[in-house]
Amino acid sequence: MLEFKDVTFEYSGYDCNMMDKLSFKVNDGEFISIIGASGCGKSTVFRLINGLEKPQSGKVLVDGEDITLKKNYSAYMPQKDLLYPWRTIEKNICLPMEIQKKSKSEMAQRAEEMLKEVGLWEYRNKYPKDLSGGMKQRASFARTLLTGSELLLLDEPFSALDSLTKISLQEWLVDEWQKHKKTILFVTHDVEEALFLSKKIFIIKDRPVTYFEEYEVPLSYPRTREDMKRGDVTEIKEMLINQLRGKVEL
Amino acid sequence: MRKNLPAIILTTLLLVLWQVIAMGINAHYILPSPTQILAKLWELRENLFLVQMPATMGVTIIGLAISIVLGIGLAVIMDLGPKIENALYPIIIASQTIPTTAIAPLFVLWFGYSIWSKVLVTILITFFPITITVYDGLKSTKREMEELLITYGAGKKDIFFKLKLPTALPYFFSAIKMAIPLSIIGAAIAEWLGAQSGLGYFSKRMMAQLDGAGVFAPIVLLSAIAMVSVAIIGYLEEKLIKWRKEI
Ligand SMILES: Nc1ncnc2c1ncn2[C@@H]1O[C@H](COP(=O)(O)OP(=O)(O)OP(=O)(O)O)[C@@H](O)[C@H]1O
Ligand SMILES: [Mg+2]
Repeated sequence: MLEFKDVTFEYSGYDCNMMDKLSFKVNDGEFISIIGASGCGKSTVFRLINGLEKPQSGKVLVDGEDITLKKNYSAYMPQKDLLYPWRTIEKNICLPMEIQKKSKSEMAQRAEEMLKEVGLWEYRNKYPKDLSGGMKQRASFARTLLTGSELLLLDEPFSALDSLTKISLQEWLVDEWQKHKKTILFVTHDVEEALFLSKKIFIIKDRPVTYFEEYEVPLSYPRTREDMKRGDVTEIKEMLINQLRGKVEL
Repeated sequence: MRKNLPAIILTTLLLVLWQVIAMGINAHYILPSPTQILAKLWELRENLFLVQMPATMGVTIIGLAISIVLGIGLAVIMDLGPKIENALYPIIIASQTIPTTAIAPLFVLWFGYSIWSKVLVTILITFFPITITVYDGLKSTKREMEELLITYGAGKKDIFFKLKLPTALPYFFSAIKMAIPLSIIGAAIAEWLGAQSGLGYFSKRMMAQLDGAGVFAPIVLLSAIAMVSVAIIGYLEEKLIKWRKEI
């Protein structure tokens, strides 16, 4: 699905490399969390995938093809919802389809399906300011899905939410993922969230990033909160936290 | 109505104060009282409303319309890139350092007493705040929102119409609200400086006759027009930009 091949990257103006010959692979249909300390380059990985930044050397491949030759292969969901305040919820989630010049009727139909699915059908004519944080995040996710891309890049989508909303949205997200069979890359700095959601966890340890440390989560889906208390899961959790803790500068 | 109450009270107080002072001085050619001005407005109603006001409104509307087109045009062009901005910005600023009142008689030489000399003065005074405000509006686009649009595959045109334009819309309304009084002032000044009709011209003529109330009557009319127009725009703005409170 997605492959980084010896990707080297630095922001112009910074003398220190962000990434040095980084390679990794993501398979079709996986749900992978990326964890790392703040500023280690998680968002930068996404910017490289969606083409907002170009690597100095190396290649980013999607389905074996260089991304510079592809369009609409990934959908990026930013940390802030970034819904446009002048558009209603329905118009907001139609935005990617408008850019792709989809027909009016197709847009209306897919928007309706999607709004019903994410539970925002009653709110279709409301403006973002009228929605709660969790609703906005669901709207933003709906908009991301409506790009039609198979690869979803979710950048800390729940970090600004209160913990109860966060828990229910996490469960909701797993359902959505299983229903739509998309490939998800999920950035977070919450180890528990990563363990609950994903099949695999990538850890970024150092800058420049030269590799991701990979961990399999020993749980199958559907998962419950109880699973998180299992011995092998707490063991992994402790280990991950210890690994990351050394990286935090106080 | 309740919201306007303080304004109404203050205005009434000021008018009463004015009335008292004017009656105390008792020299209507220096300071006519509000009631004298109202009486004059009534007395001259046919001339003021049917002859002078249409002349001034003609200049104002044409001047304002051209200013809006010019102002927005310049703002959009400057937004295309820093090179264009650097080239245009100094010229636009320089246009504002021209002492309009001093140069206006020259316009009369160029265009005669036609409407265009007055329109030119109006534009010179009006387009600048439109350009600057709309330009600021276009620049206030959030970079993250623009990047999100780019990840959807948006080109320059999409970014302009789907992002920059709506972002700049509230700024546009602010610009218009500023521009309306300015364009009226511009038209009136132009008429003061050289014209054969219009509220500004009429006010000047009354000045020559030492008719204080006659000087003020057209000015009161101009203020009223400006206030009503701004209120209408404010109303439209509220209808069109329901989401503004968000930002
Ligand atoms: N456009 C940019 N130009 C220059 N430097 C940048 C740019 N964007 C990010 N950086 C720098 O690159 C580093 C990594 O940024 P990045 O956003 O990828 O980190 P992150 O892991 O997503 O952090 P966080 O957890 O805080 O979101 C930061 O130190 C940041 O200052
Ligand atoms: Mg980030």
